Order: sequence, then structure tokens, then C-alpha cells
Amino acid sequence: MHKASAITSDDVIKIAKLANLRVPDTQVQKFADQFTQTVDVVNQLNEIDTQGIPETYQVNNLVNMSREDIADTSRTFTQEQALSQAKRTHEGFFVVPRVIDSSEEL
Amino acid sequence: MKELHTLSIDEVHDGLKSGEFTCTQLVQHFLNRIEKYNPKLNIYLSLNPHVLEEAALVDKEISEKGINRPLLGIPVAVKDNFLIPGMPTTASSHILEGFMPQYESTVTKKLKQAGAVILGKTNMDAFAHGSSTETSDYGPTLNPWNPEHLPGGSSGGSAAAIAAQLATVSIGSETAGSIRQPSAWCGTTGFKPTYGRVSRYGVVAMGSSLDSPGPIGRSVRDCALVTNVISGQDQYDATTSPKEVEEYTKDLGKDTLKGMKIALIKEYLLPDLRQDVKEAMLNAANKLRELGAVVDEVSLMDPKYAIGVYTVIQRSEVSSNLARYDGIRFGHERDRFNDENKRRIMLGTYTLSAGYYDAYYKKAQAVRTKIINELDKIFKNYDACIGLVSPGPALKVGASKNQPMFGEMEDVLVEQSSIAGLTSTGVPCGFVDGLPLGLQITCAQFNEAKALSIADCYQRNTNFQLFPNLEENL
Amino acid sequence: MKYSPLIGLEVHAELNTASKMFCSCPADHFGKTPNSQTCPVCLGLPGALPIPNKKAIESCIKIGLALNCLINRLSKFDRKQYFYPDLPKGYQISQYDQPFCSEGSIALESGKIIGIERVHQEEDTGKLQHTVLNGEKVSLVDYNRSGVPLVEIVSKPDMESSNEAKEFLKKIHELVRALDVSNADMEKGEMRLEPTVNVRIEKNDGSIHYTPLVEVKNINSFSFASSAIDFEIKRQIEEFEKTGIEKSDTNKTTRGYDSVKKITFLQRTKEEAKDYRYFPEPDIPPFILEEDYISKIRQELPLLPDQEISALVAEGVELKYAKILYANKVSLLAYNRHKEESGIDKSRLASLIANKKIDISLDIASQYNKLGQVGVTDKTELEALVRKILDANPEVVQEYKKGKTNVAGFFVGQAMKETQGKADPKTLNSVVLEILNH
Repeated sequence: MHKASAITSDDVIKIAKLANLRVPDTQVQKFADQFTQTVDVVNQLNEIDTQGIPETYQVNNLVNMSREDIADTSRTFTQEQALSQAKRTHEGFFVVPRVIDSSEEL
Repeated sequence: MKELHTLSIDEVHDGLKSGEFTCTQLVQHFLNRIEKYNPKLNIYLSLNPHVLEEAALVDKEISEKGINRPLLGIPVAVKDNFLIPGMPTTASSHILEGFMPQYESTVTKKLKQAGAVILGKTNMDAFAHGSSTETSDYGPTLNPWNPEHLPGGSSGGSAAAIAAQLATVSIGSETAGSIRQPSAWCGTTGFKPTYGRVSRYGVVAMGSSLDSPGPIGRSVRDCALVTNVISGQDQYDATTSPKEVEEYTKDLGKDTLKGMKIALIKEYLLPDLRQDVKEAMLNAANKLRELGAVVDEVSLMDPKYAIGVYTVIQRSEVSSNLARYDGIRFGHERDRFNDENKRRIMLGTYTLSAGYYDAYYKKAQAVRTKIINELDKIFKNYDACIGLVSPGPALKVGASKNQPMFGEMEDVLVEQSSIAGLTSTGVPCGFVDGLPLGLQITCAQFNEAKALSIADCYQRNTNFQLFPNLEENL
Repeated sequence: MKYSPLIGLEVHAELNTASKMFCSCPADHFGKTPNSQTCPVCLGLPGALPIPNKKAIESCIKIGLALNCLINRLSKFDRKQYFYPDLPKGYQISQYDQPFCSEGSIALESGKIIGIERVHQEEDTGKLQHTVLNGEKVSLVDYNRSGVPLVEIVSKPDMESSNEAKEFLKKIHELVRALDVSNADMEKGEMRLEPTVNVRIEKNDGSIHYTPLVEVKNINSFSFASSAIDFEIKRQIEEFEKTGIEKSDTNKTTRGYDSVKKITFLQRTKEEAKDYRYFPEPDIPPFILEEDYISKIRQELPLLPDQEISALVAEGVELKYAKILYANKVSLLAYNRHKEESGIDKSRLASLIANKKIDISLDIASQYNKLGQVGVTDKTELEALVRKILDANPEVVQEYKKGKTNVAGFFVGQAMKETQGKADPKTLNSVVLEILNH
């Protein structure tokens, strides 16, 4: 069962928000049309029966990859290195404009 | 003496050993050519500011110790999605304009440990989102065979660097076709190792379950020599395989394929293939038969489904991998993503979103299993699968504009093998309209030596290892 | 109307591993110079890849085992995607549908069982600090904490009062410290709590209604949790009586807690369901946890609080003293070090230490001996001792009960012997009689 393949402008606006992207109003419809084309191609997958077929998330069958708990600073940056590529820093911190929605804070 | 830019890795080593030329001379020779041809072809985005000093050190080492590192003194071009400190890494995107990485990719670290000298970073589709190099934010790279045409992508710069002979060997990466397809369009040899054979650490991520770094070179042998160096399990990449790295040149130099069974994938002979393109494919199959292989036409799932599978999985992973580009710790704001980037991010966000995850992502991963199983079945009876790499020769500049699925459509013939994480060699197999065509020879996972061996035998017994005359073409 | 609160708790414990969850940067981040403990992985640079910390996974499983969970044979990490400045990759590597542990339980003192929904692993975010720079409202970000291993413990909504919630939290706190997987220092934010509250209302007509779920954030102490829960229960009942709005799939809200005003307040004016777009983490292969791997971890578990206390009681220590000793590790150590020495009665030693009649920073043996000479008059101590003797000699107790009252002297004698003659005979005698006649 797949959803109707026409992607609307509203869909694009919602998706863009989720993806933290800004799509200018003038481009929303264009993207909606392009998405519809893509989704039509993707919907062809429904022609294939996958009953009882497990998904493959990892193609070379590796399992249980982990490392020992050793604090090893060979890859650790100095504060200077860590900050070196940022546009805005202040006294050792990265700076961002104040975020309104603080409900993600753990 | 052959011109320096036409030398293979072995020939460079011979020349350096005998003192015919120095590494400094070799590098300077490439720098001169780059200065001459790069403005038009737009292959290199940046050059290694210390390359001549490094070449001088190589010369010193050779005079003191001879050549005892596998790639000592070899000038290499590296796709601009591999992080190398001391030079910008942009992934051809405006988002990473000016980004100077604070750490190095495992692949380039290994190349350097083997003595290679990095000439510079090559152009690509921005964030590897394409099969043309036309979506680069720094302008397209032009095809050295015909500058009105594209070089393919996303490793277009790396493939063009070899075709234009602006490096001895280059490094690219493939998610689905990004090594093999530009190699085909540029008439070079490209090699995609098994997923997990080469570390992805320090490579700007595109499709995490698909990305495979690999070499593009003048010949299969050169690709094999580089694969020896860059392969291996990496403590910094949990998806790399602990399988031992073989000597990938061990089965090269053969002139017979007796005993080999090869499957020509019927469905890869697409119904709308140009007659001359189809002929080139059939000629290649016949050549392999001439060389002693059994070549049967074998059926595989219609490749059109692979387009859907690949589009969903790749774009889903892309949407997630590009979430870190928020301009806070590095790079610029997300507004700088180009339209193709935005399309892919949004589609991927959509396919993972609530209500659609099962229908798209989960479904695609299940079809992926089917494709893997079908290929497994073929490899039970055959050593390799073959087909064309691309449905036609290099397209004209502008062909990818406003095509929301250009990349995924162009790569229809290589997506199945990528989805299954297989290994594949792309070698030139013909010309139409003065533009090269490429043949893919695909083997089961971790059968790199075989994929290289069959391709090498074919290459040695055909005459398609050609390079355009830039003086005439440009 | 009948009201039954339904309280669930989500607890995040920061593990005390040496390195972070997915890289080898030091995990000990408290008070460190900002952004001095980051690397490509935990800073979320292009091309960086996660490598799971083996010990962190074991710690997660230890917590799960201690909470009687099922350890899932097949497990994996997933990406939880959202945008926030303290989340460098734009996703948090967590666990979604196949966590390491699920379906466990923990018992409260009352014997009531609180269900544990799941115990899973994830990485911590960086830290945000809000400030004003040159008149502009900004946030300062420090990524030292980014990537530190966390274990999330989610209870079922089985608690019915703030007291039960507080007790649950205390037990979890005690448990992770006993397992030595987390220091759980609340002030350092090493243990974070989020209660989810709603109320089941049974109207007089017999109909049953549920108020909408509310998750309360920004709580960093057990007592704040307790008062936030109490406030919420009251508020939800009032709200329901006013509006009659019931719980639905889409009206769960998030509220913050104001510890000064002791109220909760709505954090978002419009609740948008979060779409985290979970999908399996492609950079980390899945986990197959074999039976012998899990058994080995099980064997390495130290005794848990309840088990440790039971062991003390079994060797003769009175329950109340056992609890006191357990709560004070140093005292427990002192007790354990000396309990086997000749002339030492475990029960008495325990009570002397617990009652602080012995200063454990000084020589214990000599204090113990000296105290004995004074003649033990402490009734409670003697009571414990006598009960022990009675339990050991049920036939003699029977004789007394049948009427042979002079056998009381047998018990007095035994008790005297146990205290090496140091018990005060009169007190001892009255204690024995009291107990026998009970």
C-alpha cells in the first residue's frame, strides 16, 4: 500500500522544516513537481513482493564491532583546533544565535 | 623517452630508479600541464601548496634508500571529498568553502605512508550528488575527449585528471557508479572495491551503507597497485572488514580467461540502447569468449527496480549525513546547499518520515535483500557479471539540468552491484561519436583479485587504453 | 470520583567509563576547559565515524540484568534525528526498536513491583549556555560532553504517588552506584530525571477517563521530582474537571518545572509531534549477544543493595543496622574487615558501628573490647542477641512456653557467653523475659 504520489506544496514546506532547509516560496511548487516525479519512480518498488523478506541494513555481515574503553587523546583536538573552522567563537565556546525551542535539552 | 605524464606507476618507478628523471621534475611537469589545461577543464579545485617540497623529500629518500615504498613519488589526484589537512576540502559545495580539515582521511594517510605525493583535490558533483560533475558549485569539469561534454560523476574530476593526464593515478569514491561511470565517460580504468574493503573514515559521507573509496587510473594494474595500499580494516571505521588484504596484482598479466564463466546480464542490454553502443557491449562479450571465457546471457531482476531501491536508501542516508552541516562548528549555513542537494535531502527526509518509513525505506531495504540474493545465485555459477557501465557515451554539458533523477537514472546499470556492496572494475571497451564507452566486470564481495584479473586480461588484449590529444580537443 | 495517578519515570545515567561512547576522548568532562575534549567523531566533523565503547555496552547490560530485564539477543543502534545546536551530527545515536534490555522490574520496599519498559544506550549531547553578547541573545556551545555514554532507563507508568516515584529514583540511584557503572552525582548532572504523569479518573457513574500525558523536564533532584509530580496530579485533576479533555495519541505535552514557584508550566504553546525519523545506524554493525557473553557479565555483577543487605542479615546483623552499614560504604568496609576476628560478635559489632559507639577512624578491636567491659546495657543490642539465641534453640523456647520458666536462665547464660560476660545481667534478664513472654 503506498500513499498517493502527488506531493503538494504543503508537503514540501513540512519536509523542508523537518530537514532544517529554507525553500523560497517561489521554488516550492517546482520542488513539489520534482518530488512527484521521483516518488513515481520509487513507487515502482511496490511491484516487487517482499513478503517474508528481511531487510538488509549492513551488506557485509559484520557484527559486534566495538573498541576497548581506553581514553586515548591521539585524535583529541586542542581547543584551538576544535574552534578553528567556526565562524563565531567566544572565549572557548562556539556561538549560535539563541534558539527559542529549548525543550530538547536533556 | 616517453612523456612524463604518460607513464604508468611502474614506469615512473623505473624512471626514478634509473635516474632518468626526478620526482621534482615529474611533479613540476604535471604542475605545468595543470596550469595549461586546468583553466579550461576545471579538473582541480585546489593544489597542494607543499607539493614541490614533498617531491624534493622523495628525491632525497630515493637517493638514500631507493624505492622501497609501494607508491613512492607517485603523483596522485584526490577527489575533494577526502579530508586532507593543509588544503581546503569542499566536496565541491559552497557549504564547505574554505573548510580546512583538522584531521586526515585514512585513505590519504595510507597513500602518504606509501610515499605518494598528492598533487591536489579534484572537482566532483557537490556532496557527490550526481553523475555528471555538473552539480559542482564550482562549475562543471569538462570531458577531455570533448569539452562540450561532461566527464560523468561524481568523481568526474578524478577521472578527467587521468584522461587529461594531469596525474599518474587518482582517487575517487563510489556510492553507485561514481567511480565506474566517470571512468567510462572519460575512457579511464576505475575500480570499485567491495564495500568495507577500504575505510570511509575522513571521506565526506554520502550513502553510509554504500560508499566505497577506490582508484581511477591509466590501467587495471595501476588501480590494483593503489588498491593494495588503501585497503584494510580501519580502527576508525566499524564497517571495514577484518578480511585479510590480498596482493591484488597477483592474478594480473594473464592472456587467457580459460576456465572463467562470465554472465552477461541480459537486462543490462536496455531496450533503448543505441545500436552502436549495444554492439560495443556484444563485441566485448565476444572478446572475452575469444580469450577463453564462457560467456552466457543470464537474467537478473530488472535494473529499473534498483533505481527505486538506490534512490530511497541513498537519499535517506544523505538526508541524515548532511544534517551536521549547520554552519556552527565549520562551514556555512544550510542555505548554501544547491538545488540538487536540497532535493536529495528533502526526499530522504520524506522517505524516513513517520508514516512513510515502512513504505519506502523499509521496503527498499527488503528489495535490497532480494537483489543481493539474486546476485548471490549468479555468483554460485559464474565468476563475474558484465555489462556496460553507462547506457551511452558522455552526455553534453547541460544534460543534467532540471532532471530531478538524472544521477539515479544514469547509473541504472551499476546500481545493483553497488546496492549489494560488490566489487567491480570499469575498463574502456569502445568508442562512439569520438567518446569512450566502459565495460563493467563485477565479482562477488571480496573477489577484488578476480575482478581485476579478468579486466586486466581484457585490457591487455584490446586497444582501448587511449588518451585524448588535448592540443587538438581543447 | 476516584483518582489514581499513573507515574512513569525516565532516568538518564551518565556512565563512568574512561572514554566516550563512540570515540576515545575522555568521558570525564565536568569542569573541563570548554571544547578541549573533542575529536572529529564527537564534534561531528565531515567524514567522522562512530566506534562503540565495549565497556559502556557492558554497563548498559549490567543495569538491565540488575533490573531483571530480558537482554535482547539481537540489538542495534539507531539514529534519532533532530536539529539542535548541542547535537553536532544533527542526530543522536541511540536505540529505538531493538534496545539492549527490555521488560524488567524493580521492587519497592512495600513489595510493589515497578515494571521497567527498557534500558538502552545512547550518547550525550553538548552543553548550551545562554547569554548576551554585544546586545545579541546567543547560546554558547561546549562539546566536551558530546558523545559521553548514557544509559536511559524507562519505567512503566506503575507508580501511583510521588513517594513511590521518589523511592524508585532512590533505588535506581543506589543501583547504578552499587554496580559502579555511574557515579550518578545529581549536582553534576550525571543522573537526570523526567517524570511522565497522568491520572486515571473513575467517575461516579463508573466511567473511566484518563487525563492527557504530561512529561516534565528540567528536574534535577528527587525532591523536585516529587513536588513536580504532586503539582501535576493536582493540576491535571483540576484541568479535567474544568475541560473534560482526555488523553489522546496527539495531546501529550511537555512542561518545565519551576523549583522556586514549585509549579510546572507549559514549555511549548503548540505541541508538534516530534518526528525523529529513526532508522538503523548504518555506520555501526548490529549486535548479536551470545548467552555466554551475557552470563559472564551476570557473574561479574557485584551484590546489589538488596542482596548485600540480605547477606548481612543472614550473618546475624539486625536489618536496621544492616541498612545503615550498607548506606555508608566506609562503615561497611570497617565492619567487614573486623567481623571475623576472634572475640567479635558480628551483630554487636554491626550495632556499635551503626550507632557510632565505635569511631571507625580509630582502632576498632580495642574499642570493641573496652565497650564490652562497661557492661552492655543497650537493650536493643541485647534484644538482637537474645532473639538470635532463641531462634537457635527452638526446643528450649518450647519448654519455657510449656511452663518450665527456669529455662530462661539458659538463655541468659548463653547470651552472657556471647558477650563474653560483658552484658549487664539485670538488663539481659529482663530482655530475655520480655521476649519469651511476648
